[in-house]
Amino acid sequence: MSHWSAQVTRRNLLQITAVGAAAAATGLISAPALLRAQGSPVKLGVLHPVSGALSYSGQQGRLGATIAVEEINAAGGIKALGGAKIEAVLGDAQSTPEGGNAEVEKMNSAGVAAIVGGYASSICLTTSQTAARYDLPYVVDVGVADNIVTRGLKNTFRFGPGFGVIAKTALDNLVTINEQAGQPAKTVMIVHEDTLFGSGLAKLLNAQLPERGFQVLETIPHPTPTRDFNNVVLKIRAQNPDLVIPANYYNEYVLLARTMQQQRVRPKGIYSVLGGAASSYKFVKEFPEAAQYIMDCNHWFDPRNPKALALKKKTEDRGEFYTYEVFMNYSCILLVVDALERAGSAERAKIISALESSTFSGHVMPYGPTKFVSGQNQGAAPVNTQVLGNDIQVIFPQTFASAKPVFPMPRA
Amino acid sequence: MLSPVILVPAVLNGLLTGAVYGLVALGLTLIYGVLHIINFAHGALLTAAMFAAFFAQRLLGLDPYIAALVLTPLFFALGYCLQRFVIGPAAHGEDRNILLVTLGLAVVIENVLLYAFGADTRTLNLDYAFNVVDLGIAFLAVPRVIAFGVVLVIAVVLWLILSLTDTGKAIRAVAKEKLGAELSGIDVGHIYAVTFGLGTACLAIAACLLIPTYYVNPHIGNAFVLIAFTIVVLGGMGSVTGALFGGLFIGVVESLCGLYLGESLGQIGIFAMFILVLLLRPSCLFGERA
Repeated sequence: MSHWSAQVTRRNLLQITAVGAAAAATGLISAPALLRAQGSPVKLGVLHPVSGALSYSGQQGRLGATIAVEEINAAGGIKALGGAKIEAVLGDAQSTPEGGNAEVEKMNSAGVAAIVGGYASSICLTTSQTAARYDLPYVVDVGVADNIVTRGLKNTFRFGPGFGVIAKTALDNLVTINEQAGQPAKTVMIVHEDTLFGSGLAKLLNAQLPERGFQVLETIPHPTPTRDFNNVVLKIRAQNPDLVIPANYYNEYVLLARTMQQQRVRPKGIYSVLGGAASSYKFVKEFPEAAQYIMDCNHWFDPRNPKALALKKKTEDRGEFYTYEVFMNYSCILLVVDALERAGSAERAKIISALESSTFSGHVMPYGPTKFVSGQNQGAAPVNTQVLGNDIQVIFPQTFASAKPVFPMPRA
Repeated sequence: MLSPVILVPAVLNGLLTGAVYGLVALGLTLIYGVLHIINFAHGALLTAAMFAAFFAQRLLGLDPYIAALVLTPLFFALGYCLQRFVIGPAAHGEDRNILLVTLGLAVVIENVLLYAFGADTRTLNLDYAFNVVDLGIAFLAVPRVIAFGVVLVIAVVLWLILSLTDTGKAIRAVAKEKLGAELSGIDVGHIYAVTFGLGTACLAIAACLLIPTYYVNPHIGNAFVLIAFTIVVLGGMGSVTGALFGGLFIGVVESLCGLYLGESLGQIGIFAMFILVLLLRPSCLFGERA
C-alpha cells in the first residue's frame, strides 16, 4: 500500500514538474517576446513657447499635451505597436521663431516620430518649414495664420481652424448679433499685435468688415510685449467707435481691457476675434469687471462632450485654468496617436499618409468630421463666447449655445 | 487727432513716464560727470534692481515702495564696492579700460540673470496698479503719479547733496579738477566710488518705481539705457537738471510718437531726436560744454 502510494506520488510529482517546466518555459519565451514587441517608446516632439512673452500660453499648451500623453500611456500605450509608450520630448520655443527652429533641429536629431505644437503663427510658420526638410510630420496646435497650410508642405497639418474661417464665422455672427439688437454698431476700431497672427487677421478684417456694412475707423498695431496701452485707449476715446475688435495675445489683451476700464472707455461692445484672453477662465477669475460682457470668436471645447468636461475637471484639479491651449493640444496629441495606430509604424512617411487620410473623432472639439485637405482640417470651426457673470457662455453656434448674447453692453 | 481730449492726457502720460527715464539718466550722467566714463553696466544694474524689487514682492511680500527703502542703500553699497574693488583696480587709470570693464560687467550681470531666471517676462499684479487719479481732463495711473513725485524729490535731494554737503562739494571738485582735488586732500578713489554708488542707488529707486506698472526680463535694462544715453546727450553730459528735463522731454516725445506713429514705431522719435541734437546742437540743450 505504501509502495503504491509512493509510486503515485512520484507520477504526480513528475506531472507537476512537467507542467511547471512547460509553464516556466513559456514564461521565459514569452517574456522577451513581449519586451521586443513593446520595444522602444515612440518619441513625440511637444514644442511650445514656455518662456518669454508667450510663456503662459506655452505652458498651458504643454499641459494639455502632457495630460494626453499620460492618458495614452496609462491606457496601455499604442496598441498597433505592441503597447509602445509615448515619450514626450519637450521643447521651449522661447517665444521666437528662431527659438522654435533650434528645438525642431534638436527634436529631429533625437529621432521624434512627429512634432505637435508651435502655438504662435510666426513660430509655426518657421518650425513646420524646418520640420518639412526632414519629412517630419508636424501638427500645428493653434497657429491660425492661413499661409501655414497654404505653402504646399506635405508634413504640416492643422487640426484647428485658420483665421480665414474664424474671421468669416466671427463676422457672420457679428452681423446676426447686431441685427438682433437693432443695428446699434456701425463703426469699428481694430487693435492688433504686429506679428503674423495679428497683422494678417487685421488685414482680413479690414477687407471684410466694410463688405458687411461696418466702417473701420482705425487699425492700431502694437508689439508683443507692450506694457502701456494708454495711447491706444486715448485713440479709442478720441474716435469713439461702436465696437472695439482686439486681436492679440493674453498679456496684452488683459492690459488693454484693464486700461479701457481704467480710462472709463466703454464702447457698445468689445468683440474679439481670437482675443488672447477674451475667453480665458483665468482672465474672468482675476479681473471679472474688466472681462464683463466681452464677446469672442475663438477656439472652444464641445460642452456636450463628456470627454471635454472630464478634461476640464482634470485640468482644474491640477490647479490650472481650462484655456483653449489645453484642449487644442490635448486633441492634437490624440490625433497623432490615432495616426500612429492606423499607420502601425513610427515611420514618418507612414504617419504623414495616415494623417492625410484621418477621420479622427476622439477629440474634444465641436468640429465636423475630420478631413484634411492640403493639411487643413475641413471640419474645424470656432465658437462665439461671451463673459456673463463669472462664467464664459457659448452664444454661437445655436446648436449648443448656453446663453443669448448681451449687446450692446449695459451701461454701468 | 489733435483734439485736447487725447493730446493733454498723452502729454501728461509722457511727462510721468519721462520722469522715470530722467531718474535712470540722472544716475548715468552723475557717473559720467565725475568719472568721465560711460557706464555700460547701467542697464544691467537696472535689470538687477528690477529683479530685486520683483522678488522682494513675490518672495517677501514687500511692497515695491517699501522695498525701495531697503534696496536703495543696498545698491549704493553694491555700486560703491563695484567701483572700489572691481572697476577702479581693473582700469589701471585708463578710461578705455573702464569702458571695457563696465561692458564686461554688463555681459556678466545680464547672463547671470538669464541663467538664474530664464528669459521669461515677469509682471507683478498689484491691487493699486490700475487705480487712477481723475483730473477731469485725464485719468492718471496712481503708480505713475507716485513715481513722478518721488523722482522730483530725489532730484532735489541729489541737488542738495551736491551743493551743500562736504561729500557733494568733494564730488564737484573731483569732477572739475581731479588733480587739484587730490592735492587738497580729497580721497579721489573714495569719491569715485561714492559717485558710482549714488548712480546705482538711483537705479534701485527707478526699479522700484517701475515694477508696479512694468515688466521685467533679463534684457529689459537695455531699452532704458538707450533712452538714458539719449537723455544724457540731450540734457548735457554731467548735468543733473539737464537729465531731469531731458527725461521729461523724451517721455513726451515718446508718448506723442506712439500716439501718432503707432506703438510699434513709438521709439523712433527718441532716436530721431538723438540724431538731430547731435547734428544741430552738439553742445546739448542744457550743457555748458560738449
